[in-house]
Amino acid sequence: MTDRILTARWGKPDSASLASYRKDGGYRALDKALGMEPAAIVDEVKRSNLRGRGGAGFATGLKWSFLPKDVRPRYLAVNADESEPGTFKDRYIIEHDPHQLIEGIAITCWANDIHLAYVYIRGEFAKQARLLEQAIDEARAAGILGPRLLGKKDFALDVFVHRGAGAYICGEESALLESLEGKKGYPRLKPPFPAVVGLWGKPTIINNVETLANVPWIVEHGGEAFAALGTGKSGGLRLYCVSGHVNRPGVYEKPVHQNLKQLLYEDCGGIPGGRAVKAVIPGGSSAPVLAGHEIDVSLEFDALKAAGTMAGSGGIIVFDESACMVRALWRISKFYAEESCGQCTPCREGTPWLEGILEKLEEGHGTAADVAKLEQLAGNIMGQTICALGDAAAMPVQSFVKKFRDEFLRHAEERRCPFGAHAWGLDQTSREARVGDVVY
Amino acid sequence: MTSPPALAAAQLPREKVEHFDREVEVIVKRYPADRKAAALIPVLRAAQELFGPLNEDVQGLVASRLGVSRARVDEVATFYVMFHTKPVGRHVVEMCTNVSCCLTGAEKIWAHLQKKLGVKPGETTADGRFTLREVECLGSCGTAPAMLVDEEMHERLTVEKVDEILGRLS
Ligand SMILES: Cc1cc2nc3c(=O)[nH]c(=O)nc-3n(C[C@H](O)[C@H](O)[C@H](O)COP(=O)(O)O)c2cc1C
Ligand code: SF4
Ligand code: FES
Repeated sequence: MTDRILTARWGKPDSASLASYRKDGGYRALDKALGMEPAAIVDEVKRSNLRGRGGAGFATGLKWSFLPKDVRPRYLAVNADESEPGTFKDRYIIEHDPHQLIEGIAITCWANDIHLAYVYIRGEFAKQARLLEQAIDEARAAGILGPRLLGKKDFALDVFVHRGAGAYICGEESALLESLEGKKGYPRLKPPFPAVVGLWGKPTIINNVETLANVPWIVEHGGEAFAALGTGKSGGLRLYCVSGHVNRPGVYEKPVHQNLKQLLYEDCGGIPGGRAVKAVIPGGSSAPVLAGHEIDVSLEFDALKAAGTMAGSGGIIVFDESACMVRALWRISKFYAEESCGQCTPCREGTPWLEGILEKLEEGHGTAADVAKLEQLAGNIMGQTICALGDAAAMPVQSFVKKFRDEFLRHAEERRCPFGAHAWGLDQTSREARVGDVVY
Repeated sequence: MTSPPALAAAQLPREKVEHFDREVEVIVKRYPADRKAAALIPVLRAAQELFGPLNEDVQGLVASRLGVSRARVDEVATFYVMFHTKPVGRHVVEMCTNVSCCLTGAEKIWAHLQKKLGVKPGETTADGRFTLREVECLGSCGTAPAMLVDEEMHERLTVEKVDEILGRLS
């Protein structure tokens, strides 16, 4: 059975070039797709059980089928914003195998009758934006993109890179569209969903980079084969980004239902100094934290949901027993306070308030009442906002306090951080990272 | 009120404005002809690279070329952290202090940077060489700690490595 789809070519010489992609069979799936009915491709993706890798885990084929039948033009927006703390995979797809993404985009556009696609890439990824633009230019010069898809089909497709300028909120799909239209990134009220009213008011598909990079494999090998790599309603492999206190951080391509503990101990070589795991955030900093004793769990979307957290973006952040949970949560809350767009009162007012209380606790000025206040404030934000950033700010607070209450209370009782100068752990060394077969 | 577009452009160096106009022409081609405003972010980036901070004159020029209001240009220029409306140093150093970076030693490096440059976050050194900023996750958490220097990513930072990187810049 295949154990590599996205990372298979990473590390090969010149893997980002069109010539090398073609040598390895690249654009064959697009050729096959052009011989298929567009609707049959959508069906194949539905059968594959591919679920969005950007955060929400929504079924990709189903999302595509929400496009209204008779409205044109339709657009594709590819989400390469990759700003969820702990997430660092899409950049490597773009660095090591951009044509796989471009082929996925081309198939998706053919399947959904879309003639114009934008890749929204975060502003900080200057190098990746340049590499992707080069690859697109190469594909256009070779006649793969442009007036005739793959030089053979009367189907025009233009793909452009649109670089953001620094704003986490622009990863949220409706804020992304606003930003793409040349505005500040204010999320829109939903419904209507972008598939119905999206870019410039037209039906728009928004998918994450990793999601679309899987599409060529699905077309080539069939949806069932992809589904078989996973379990239940989630098909395929996915890229797990592991960071923090592990011996071998990096990007690991594993089945969607990979066991978390195994990933950390077998693939990532365990915890520095043989220390115990205190906590793991399994799906980017927005995902509720798991305590050390809860990590023998499948990372599959529904399994993690059952465990009270979420698979999110695949960003796994590991804290060993020597790290302070208050310090960590303080930093996480600072992030959401910083990135709130300010449209909704609970989020605009609540996030800095959370940050402030956590600062107080960590600096030794907090009380037990403050700990209770954290939970109350988070509860007031949850579900009360336009976009999911509000929930994303609240969920870490609720889970950290619930699972590490004693540690929060100790900060209040002792009027100091019990971890002192080592709040981020006893060993804070940067270690070699494995990204597919590439070592950094 | 602010100066009319023609006047704004007149206060900027002519060759630069011509260069800018050529870039704008290329950028707007990526968007449908009736959606020129979508080019606002890339055009602001091009303007910042050419003219420096997005001050009133530059914003006026951008507004006139894309047919959008000055208010909208200002709103966008101030919303995104990579745009500067005030002068910055010759080099912009942006260090991530988010969780994965801190778990691998970012706090120590961050403290070192502030001490070495003698500035607080957001400030520019007296010699105008560096502006130091604290930023959020840079998508380099596996190779943390990370920082951007003039938009170039540096990863797996140590105090020594930071010294070496900054030492190379004048
Ligand atoms: C605050 C916020 C930030 C987000 N950031 C990203 C991001 O950086 N990249 C991404 O692909 N999706 C991000 N998402 C999820 C998108 O809104 C959207 O669900 C996703 O791009 C859809 O693609 P998918 O179905 O292929 O996952 C974010 C969502 C929220 C609420
Ligand atoms: S929840 Fe926060 S980030 Fe989202 S729209 Fe409201 S204020 Fe903006
Ligand atoms: S936390 Fe620093 S790069 Fe992600």
